[in-house]
Amino acid sequence: MKELLRGNVAFAEAAVRAGCEAYFGYPITPQNEALEHLARRMPELGRVFVQAESEVAAINMVYGAACAGVRAMTSSSSPGMSLMMEGLSYLAGSDLPAVVVDIMRGGPGLGNIAPAQSDYQQMVKGGGHGDYKLLVLAPATVQELIDHTVLAFDLAERYRCVAVVLADGSLGQMMEPAELPPLQPLRPRPSWALTGAKSRPPNVITSIHLDPEEEERFNHHLQAKYAEIKAHEVRLVEDRLDDARLAVVAFGTAGRLAQTAIKAARAEGLAVGLFRPLTLYPFPEAQLRRLAERVEAVLVVEMNTGQMLEDVERIVAGRAPVSFFGRTGGVMPMPEEILSVIRRCPQLCQEVAR
Amino acid sequence: MMIAPIEAGMTLVYQRPDTLTPVPTHYCPGCTHGIAHRLVAEVIDELGVREQTIGVAPVGCSVFAYRYFNCDFAQAAHGRAPAMATGLKRVNPDQLVFTYQGDGDLASIGMAEIIHAAARGENLTVIFVNNAIYGMTGGQMAPTTLAGQRTTSSPSGRDLTTQGYPLKISELLSQIDGAAYVVRRSLHDVVNIKRAKKAIRIAFEVQQRGLGLSLVELLSSCPTNWRMTPEAALAWIKDEMVPVYPLGDFKLPKEA
Repeated sequence: MKELLRGNVAFAEAAVRAGCEAYFGYPITPQNEALEHLARRMPELGRVFVQAESEVAAINMVYGAACAGVRAMTSSSSPGMSLMMEGLSYLAGSDLPAVVVDIMRGGPGLGNIAPAQSDYQQMVKGGGHGDYKLLVLAPATVQELIDHTVLAFDLAERYRCVAVVLADGSLGQMMEPAELPPLQPLRPRPSWALTGAKSRPPNVITSIHLDPEEEERFNHHLQAKYAEIKAHEVRLVEDRLDDARLAVVAFGTAGRLAQTAIKAARAEGLAVGLFRPLTLYPFPEAQLRRLAERVEAVLVVEMNTGQMLEDVERIVAGRAPVSFFGRTGGVMPMPEEILSVIRRCPQLCQEVAR
Repeated sequence: MMIAPIEAGMTLVYQRPDTLTPVPTHYCPGCTHGIAHRLVAEVIDELGVREQTIGVAPVGCSVFAYRYFNCDFAQAAHGRAPAMATGLKRVNPDQLVFTYQGDGDLASIGMAEIIHAAARGENLTVIFVNNAIYGMTGGQMAPTTLAGQRTTSSPSGRDLTTQGYPLKISELLSQIDGAAYVVRRSLHDVVNIKRAKKAIRIAFEVQQRGLGLSLVELLSSCPTNWRMTPEAALAWIKDEMVPVYPLGDFKLPKEA
């Protein structure tokens, strides 16, 4: 049954339903409703909620709970995520599962609390030190925010990696009808977890490999895991691309805004469609490459100054001209603005001229 | 490890605790980490809790502590052991969780984490090894370095006017309501080692009773980076460190 849900509350409750046993967080706008929901909800179910002294401590508490083999999560927003980079690197370097929700805001620095996609580079490229990746999901609706949060726990567990749900302040704050999943039973602890070495040899979780060749072997193990993730977990939404001459590439809220613009453009007879990655890592590279073979142009729309753009240009690799439209600093690109950019696309202009 | 068979009529009076693994450590000759490890292991053996104990190793000389303790272990980011231990303990409330941290780890980069773990009254035991220097990185000044003490980053001796004062962790933490047991002991001679072991035992018992954070500060030697013989280093603890870091009980459980 659908309920009217605020994004931040929706993902927090979705985490509860997915069997999250421990949440650690630090207040930061625009995601506070999640922390507040869990402050009430987790103790109600006899689960762990701790308001940490900082995002640094919060992610390291997640690190500890993840070592114990429970489904653990934190949520934050851009400046808080910067502080968590150390912990994310350690989690990756220890092969541990964890879920992180980043409700992005305008930056750099303290920036503001308005919606932005300022953390694409930080989350998709790793962010912390070392050769590691985070699995990054990019919802565009409250329903997707719920579904991606549940999926994030499943994928984190399956691959023993950190899964990030990357949304922005508008999605965290907006209310729309959505359906929550049923409450799942809690998971049994995996055999590698730190639970006390009762009737078994001790388990050790560490990320230090002093011997460079050993570290290299571990890094190759990580890369093999990422190759598995790339092979099996690419997800995307394609809309009106069958006959499109222009493909708009956009994720999350920017994708949703672009979709409205594309609908209006179609009404004007412009052959334009939407390519919206649901996974930013792994990025739907093969799909985009194939698309670039058959469209005449690619337009990237983001709520930043062109972070995903660099990946799109790398993947398209000259198969089609790539242009960019973005608003930044917490300013959202309005559908009318995107529509006027679409109308100005030279390839579509020729069509109109004909 | 070679263990001599016990002859008929002889009694075994001293052996490796079950909680220590039979491997040589990487610690320098004369370093007191070995003693501190052994005391913790003996206490875990005596309490019969090896199979329900989880340790958290720091960054610093004791980064490899997990190799030497025969129990579940995690290795934390620098200074974050109390936060990591919080996560471990909250989801494993029936386990005993301890961190083992040096002065750079706990008193410098991890200051926020230890203070707030104490403030929350986390049921953790902290073994805080204070040797007044950064050992692993080659002997730089620590927050606990004494006034005038020469280190590689205070080559003329710690200058209080530009490099600040030694940080007294036990005194500081004793002011926090959530800290249940805070004491300072020393490892410079047999009498003090015995007192240290007793304190470690009480610290674990405080955790078993769920009374809040327990911390045992251990004044320790670093002959390598102090540029001293092991014997002179022990004398330096007694003569130089103890006057600055007085031994004693700074916080005891109300009903102890």
